[in-house]
Amino acid sequence: MAAVDIQIPPASLMERLAKPKPMLILFALMWIPLTLYVMFGLSDLVLLPAIPTTLALYVICLWAFRESAVAIIGLTLVFFWLLAAVSAPYLPLLDPNKPIAPFATPFSEKKETFFLLGSDFKGRDLLSRMIWGCQRVLIWGVTATAVAYLVGTLFGLIAGYLAGWWDEAISFVGNVFLSFPVMVLFIVILNYLGPSGFNIIIAVTFASAPAIMRIVRGLALDIKTRDYVYAAQTRGEHPLYIMVVELLPNVRGPLIVDACLRLGYTTVAITTLTFLGLGLQPPDPDWGLMIRESARVAMLWKFSYMLLVPALAVSSLILGFNLLADGLREISLKD
Amino acid sequence: MSEEIPVLECKDLCISYTTRAGEIPAVINFNLRLMQNEAHGIVGESGCGKSTVALAIMQYMGKNGYIKSGEIRFNGQDMTEMSEEELRKIRGSQIAMVYQEPMASLNPSMKIADQLAEVPMFHDGLSEADAKAKALQMLEKVKLPDPPRIMDAYPHQISGGQQQRVVIAMALLSQPKLLLLDEPTTALDVTVEAGIVELIREIADEFGTSLIFISHNLGLILETCDRITVMYSGQAVEIGEIGDVFDEMRHPYTRGLFNSIPLPGADKKSKPLVPIRGQLPLPHERPDGCYFGPRCDFFEAARCDQGLVPLEETAENANHFARCVKFREIEWDAGKPRAVVKEAVVPGDIVLHIHDLQKHYKVESGGMFIFGGEAKTVKANEGINFHAREAETVAIVGESGCGKSTFAKVLMGLEDATAGQVQFGEIELGDMNVHDRDADTISNLQMVFQNPFDTLNPSHTVGSQIGRVIRKFGVETDQTKIDERVLKLLDIVKLPRDFAKRKPRQLSGGQKQRVGIARAFAGDPSMVIADEPVSALDVSVQAAVTELLMDIQRDHRTTLIFISHDLSVVRYLADRIVVMYLGRIMEQGRTEEIFSPPYHPYTEALLSAVPIADTSIEKRKIVLDGELPSALNPPKGCPFSTRCQYKIDGVCDVEAPPLRTLSMENETLRGHQIMCHLSEATLREMRPVFSQKADGEMEPAE
Repeated sequence: MAAVDIQIPPASLMERLAKPKPMLILFALMWIPLTLYVMFGLSDLVLLPAIPTTLALYVICLWAFRESAVAIIGLTLVFFWLLAAVSAPYLPLLDPNKPIAPFATPFSEKKETFFLLGSDFKGRDLLSRMIWGCQRVLIWGVTATAVAYLVGTLFGLIAGYLAGWWDEAISFVGNVFLSFPVMVLFIVILNYLGPSGFNIIIAVTFASAPAIMRIVRGLALDIKTRDYVYAAQTRGEHPLYIMVVELLPNVRGPLIVDACLRLGYTTVAITTLTFLGLGLQPPDPDWGLMIRESARVAMLWKFSYMLLVPALAVSSLILGFNLLADGLREISLKD
Repeated sequence: MSEEIPVLECKDLCISYTTRAGEIPAVINFNLRLMQNEAHGIVGESGCGKSTVALAIMQYMGKNGYIKSGEIRFNGQDMTEMSEEELRKIRGSQIAMVYQEPMASLNPSMKIADQLAEVPMFHDGLSEADAKAKALQMLEKVKLPDPPRIMDAYPHQISGGQQQRVVIAMALLSQPKLLLLDEPTTALDVTVEAGIVELIREIADEFGTSLIFISHNLGLILETCDRITVMYSGQAVEIGEIGDVFDEMRHPYTRGLFNSIPLPGADKKSKPLVPIRGQLPLPHERPDGCYFGPRCDFFEAARCDQGLVPLEETAENANHFARCVKFREIEWDAGKPRAVVKEAVVPGDIVLHIHDLQKHYKVESGGMFIFGGEAKTVKANEGINFHAREAETVAIVGESGCGKSTFAKVLMGLEDATAGQVQFGEIELGDMNVHDRDADTISNLQMVFQNPFDTLNPSHTVGSQIGRVIRKFGVETDQTKIDERVLKLLDIVKLPRDFAKRKPRQLSGGQKQRVGIARAFAGDPSMVIADEPVSALDVSVQAAVTELLMDIQRDHRTTLIFISHDLSVVRYLADRIVVMYLGRIMEQGRTEEIFSPPYHPYTEALLSAVPIADTSIEKRKIVLDGELPSALNPPKGCPFSTRCQYKIDGVCDVEAPPLRTLSMENETLRGHQIMCHLSEATLREMRPVFSQKADGEMEPAE
């Protein structure tokens, strides 16, 4: 009996994201230059190929998420900052660290320089500082989240699949970390290790990985009772193979939504840490730093823009991540 | 009769759903006339729209479903024009519904008493005390043991069968005129199902309630209903009295359905099942004309593929309708289409020898790990003795919790046996974990899993999943050769070759199960364990998959251990049957021996519980009392003693029953064995459960 060809249902969320392999390449082409530039201080030239890639990636994502208005708004906000980050050296901006004219209000001219968003108390251009600042928030935020995911997923898979003592031990350590308030954990770790970008990654990993571990562990506990895992076990597959090939691809779905939300939290955390003076150090522009520096002056209503500019930047990026997460959830529910 | 107002009347009912892909008609021109005290069955495969009809009658179709045209008259009133307020008064009081999953119909955080009392309090305005008294009465009527205890319990504290009885009690509390039952027993074990079916029949008589019974199981419909509607792809294709439809069906689809279920007459050698070819069209891809056209043997171009086929009365005043343009021409009696007769397989030497296998689990009885109570032992398998020969099909039959899946796990090496031997060829597998087995042993012993939606990893393509097995077992190592073999395996399981590139999501349930079979046979196993491989599939697909399994087994001379709860499938394909109850083998023997007396009392009840869709067969009714005892606390003596109708007090519940060998094939093979206290003479006196109706002997329902 010839089975009739059935119609292929519309692609699931996972497939929309993962199917076009070029997308992953595009992402790498955008992300690696930005990382090299921000973390390791390579020359402006590395960013050149990243600008068209970012635009292309944006268009592809728009098309993939076209059904959800929420996802599109989130995507647009996130990509606005991504584009700003990769093109910062090529935009006609003032030097973000050069004091020109202090206390220039937005849309005003002072010392023959036009300040679109005004200048801070040291006379540095706020627009330029805001755009340059997003580079650091994005790079450290995303990298820290990615590392946290790597660690969390690894331990989650082990705890969920191997269970028994592995689970007891990993869950116990995870619970200990989760029992600390996140901020306390951050402050303790950064005070001990000293403030720097790489230490932020470590701090974020300690704070986020236990929660990610729990999600992955729960999913793994569920998936390991599926027949295809039994099938793999009955053909004598190594546990590592089962974890990586049979379990991992099937926990991706819920994790992607969670990752978007967590990027938002991490952004908040990093900004807060720099605000407290525990993160990235001056004089380079950074949103948290901008808020910290202008906090005193901006008590005066007249100068509140100094605070508003970085604050709105942070909120819009976090809003972007959150809306994107909502949109992705909406799309995945429809499938 | 015809002057009476019907309780429910559906006229040319069309129901559609709006989805992203546009409007999807789910039910087309559905007609139904249900009189007082009548029971009407709706039967069809998944996706045929039978549940949609029930939801439409309740006017409960969710956001995207709506009635496109036609009317639903309840007691003469058109329900489609009622307000939300009027509907709410009718729902739950005049029309009640029982769903498939009892646990989902009960609120887990409320006591049964409070949930039941809500109904009369809301609809009849009774006080709480009166309502509870009424609820208690109703629990007695649905024959629950110890109703006061059940009233005081939370849903999770009672068994699935009891939950379903509570749901039925809840539905009956307001004395509805119409009771909708949507697959009410599908989630239950057969012996429990038999009790529920019995109950449904009784309450319909007692309360004068009209019933709509939705099921995929023709046997159940035969046992409960007066009239039947056969649905296919949103249309009613045949409507009539049960007897007419079952014996003189006038639609090719109905006939196809009957040919694909293993009725007692079917036999894997002389009368194999005939699956319906192809599969159900998706709602937006239905063909022109007759929806069944592409799968029908009588299809005639230019006649069957034009316009909408009307529902016609088969004969003057027959009250039997069929939706087929050719039903007058088809010679219905001229021999049913039968597949080619297949030659019998001669079993070879014994390949699997199970001797006194035991599998015990230790269960910690809670508490902190320091103050832990005594660990209890669950005897999942106890004293399992049987063997299987080459090319033979051995079926292990039993209800949920009987230990059949545990046995499969021990055999596959996922669990170690507590004691006893499992001899597979020359190798002792009992305490050999899968990681200690060599590739040869593993590839020789493979498994087909139950749930088609779980059997394949959704993230990988079909081809890569089969290919992995080939590589792992070292059948081939070269990538192009692996690909070739994958395609060959797809041919064997009769799937198109381009399926290799597909993801499981793009396959139907039956197709996934075929891939699962291809995967099990990829390493050329000498023995395959099939754990309920067809029970989650639709009947017509079930037949195809069963036949496929049989064919491959025949060609490869594979030993098949077939684990199932469905005795009709087992009867059809097994050579030998092992009946298990609470971890022990109650009876084993050749298929004919199991299905005819002498029986073990449990086997007898199990056989009687199986619904059979054949009007010519008379069945002796044995409804078991009580529920399956917990494996944590099994009865002393014979495990079946708590439910057995032949129980000898002071013997059965004290001593373990002896093993009686009633016949021997030869010295090496076990013959027909029954583990029971009843004497051999008593066992031999048992009457058969099934008999031809022509005998005229009416069996008292005791």
